[in-house]
Amino acid sequence: MYEKEKDLVDAFVRGTISRRSLIKSLGALGVTAGTAGMLVNMATTNAMAADFDWMKHKGTKLKLLLNKHPYADAMIANIENFKKLTGIEVAYDIFPEDVYFDKVTAALSSKSTEYDAFMSGAYMTWTYGPAGWIDDLNQYIKDPAKTNPMYAFGDFLPGVIKSCAWNGVPGGALGSADAKQWCIPLAYEQNNLTYNKRIFDANKLKVPKNIDELLDTAKAAKAVMKDGYGIGVRGSRSWATIHPGFLSGYSNFEQKDLNKDAKGKLTAAMNTPVSKEYHKKWVKMIQESGAPDWSTHTWYQVGTDVGAGKSAMMFDADILGYFMNGEGNKEAGNLAFSGFSANPAAKAPTPNIWIWAMAMSSFSKQKDATWYFLQWVTGPEHDLFGAQKMNLVNPARASVWADGAFRDKMTKSYAGYVEMHDTSAPGASIKFTPQPLFFDLTTEWASTLQKMVAKEVPVDEGLDKLAESVNKQLADAGL
Amino acid sequence: MAQSLSAMFDKMTPQFKFKISRRWLPYLLSLPALLTCIGILIPFFTAVAYSLQRFRLSQPAGRRWNWGENYLAFFNDSSFWNTLKVSVTYAVLTVVIELLLALGIALLLQKRSRVNNFVSIMLLMPLMTAPALAALMWKLMTNPGFGILSYFVKVLGMPNFNWASDPQTAMFTVVLVDVWVYTPFIMILLLAGLRSLPPQPFEAAALDGVPRWFVFWRITLPMLTPYMLTATLFRAIESIQQFDIIYAMTQGGPGDRLTVFQVEAYLNFFQSTNVGRSAALMMILWALTYFLSNLFIKNWLRLRERARGEA
Repeated sequence: MYEKEKDLVDAFVRGTISRRSLIKSLGALGVTAGTAGMLVNMATTNAMAADFDWMKHKGTKLKLLLNKHPYADAMIANIENFKKLTGIEVAYDIFPEDVYFDKVTAALSSKSTEYDAFMSGAYMTWTYGPAGWIDDLNQYIKDPAKTNPMYAFGDFLPGVIKSCAWNGVPGGALGSADAKQWCIPLAYEQNNLTYNKRIFDANKLKVPKNIDELLDTAKAAKAVMKDGYGIGVRGSRSWATIHPGFLSGYSNFEQKDLNKDAKGKLTAAMNTPVSKEYHKKWVKMIQESGAPDWSTHTWYQVGTDVGAGKSAMMFDADILGYFMNGEGNKEAGNLAFSGFSANPAAKAPTPNIWIWAMAMSSFSKQKDATWYFLQWVTGPEHDLFGAQKMNLVNPARASVWADGAFRDKMTKSYAGYVEMHDTSAPGASIKFTPQPLFFDLTTEWASTLQKMVAKEVPVDEGLDKLAESVNKQLADAGL
Repeated sequence: MAQSLSAMFDKMTPQFKFKISRRWLPYLLSLPALLTCIGILIPFFTAVAYSLQRFRLSQPAGRRWNWGENYLAFFNDSSFWNTLKVSVTYAVLTVVIELLLALGIALLLQKRSRVNNFVSIMLLMPLMTAPALAALMWKLMTNPGFGILSYFVKVLGMPNFNWASDPQTAMFTVVLVDVWVYTPFIMILLLAGLRSLPPQPFEAAALDGVPRWFVFWRITLPMLTPYMLTATLFRAIESIQQFDIIYAMTQGGPGDRLTVFQVEAYLNFFQSTNVGRSAALMMILWALTYFLSNLFIKNWLRLRERARGEA
């Protein structure tokens, strides 16, 4: 690097000049924006090395288990910087999502020492944590000898980082004072509305603001869609049908999945009058305006249908809309985003979230070195790199959301995305009650929803039966 | 020590060495089979042990022997009875339809000719497709938006035929995929059987001018029965253990319309981490398969004896 460029980049990393001044000055020196980004990333790596003994575990070899995902792509794209910073070698196995969690369960339940760290959803840690398969990361985070001073743990969005922490007590509040930090977020998804602006504008449809408007707009959209349908939501017989749009709307009415009594016992809470009313509207919406093969729809079909213009909107993960708005999709550039409060009386959206996070295997033989990797990959520098240069969206750190370049990138190509995020983020968190039967109960909930949509069981009766079954399972499990 | 043993062995007379090897030879020869047997029995008895425990990976502290509780709980568990009903229905439907179709095709292709040989090879193509891939292919063909089969049913005046996503037609759809994949398997077995039948009874019937229908019922079918039983045995065992087609197409839904044993056990283990219930389900499936195998093999042996004129 030439000295002038180097001095400029170092000054930026120290914070003595702004990003705008840096780009302007580098431009005057003939450096392109892409090269400038690379120089900043390299300089940041050097700056990090100055404050902390990153080379302490030089020569160690780590192995990761990763899911095939843009978040993993961002990690791999930046991994050379980690190797250079620490001298630690990193290998990884990467699997498609269909088989990924089976692979994780098989590796952890067999106490395999092959993998040191792995990608995990926060919900999965409710199984892995109590089973003794993953480490509480607080022991590393709170140890200044092991955690670099620039890690900025307090920079994580509160709802997101707390959703990765649980005390292991069934029904215990996420992020409580005695909670164990089972994982640290890479990035996360809020569930909001993604709609096709082209279809909405052409047919003078208004963006719905609550559940009743959602039903009306979806029905109106279906009426004008040739060979398409009004709204995409998930419907497969899986827990994954419950957690996105469905639970986000449900929790906006302050409804819960389970209640906890004074003795700590859990009971079903999904057959209240408000819940029944919400279920009736949700079922009606799918019957009137949903996909004809809704009961087989996973995130993939929901996303690709909105990207292909087959559905007018979807109430699902915002990042699905983000990816479907990118090149290679028929409706690229036509998708827009809006925060969604199902409850007309609610002040703001309260989306349930999905988090892709990193967790440490309890069977790792080199935990300190593994922590070095985890703090790097969840650190502010990598999060910023991923958000700016790759598709690490939604970043889990407040500082990245405050970054001008990232906001500019999002505002330029993704109409309403930043506003949607800013409106929803304060209320965004996991809305489920953490407990060991999470997957059993939510899969049964999805199965009941399928029966309701197929008119095999009336909503009231279906929810009462579901609550009865849930209570029995909770009692059998001693919860 | 090893050297002294080796020295002792060298001093033995050739006759004594031969006696030793004669004594150990049977054990040595059966060792591979014994090792294979142990390799099979260890996982089997591990599953038996798990099925007798309250064992949920997410609640390790609650793990304990509960002996037959997992099995007893099935009696009052409506989802278990539904699983049993769905599994048996699926197995009966697929085996009966495939057997009838395969018999018809085999009879059509019985005569050796270039065309028949070519067609019989072509008909084997679905069998070479992995069932999970076949299921995904059919999922695309039945997609209401762009699936070719959905297009055909629309042309035939059924615009709301939603294949696997409709509880009314879900079983029909997965049975259809199974029939597409596995009918060639039965067909090839029956075709081989038909072509290996002795010609004399057929020649005698032709000389006497016996009607074809009578020949089929009184000569062909009885002589072909051992082959049909063999094919049924294989297919019934495999069909009652169905997983890939159903899981790839519907994950056991809509509702609990297609929650066969393997799907239920898989979800219990990998999703709910309820190892005890999952293992108990698999043990019941094993018992069902064992019962079916015995039933078919006994009948197959009886028919074979009868065919040899020894019954």
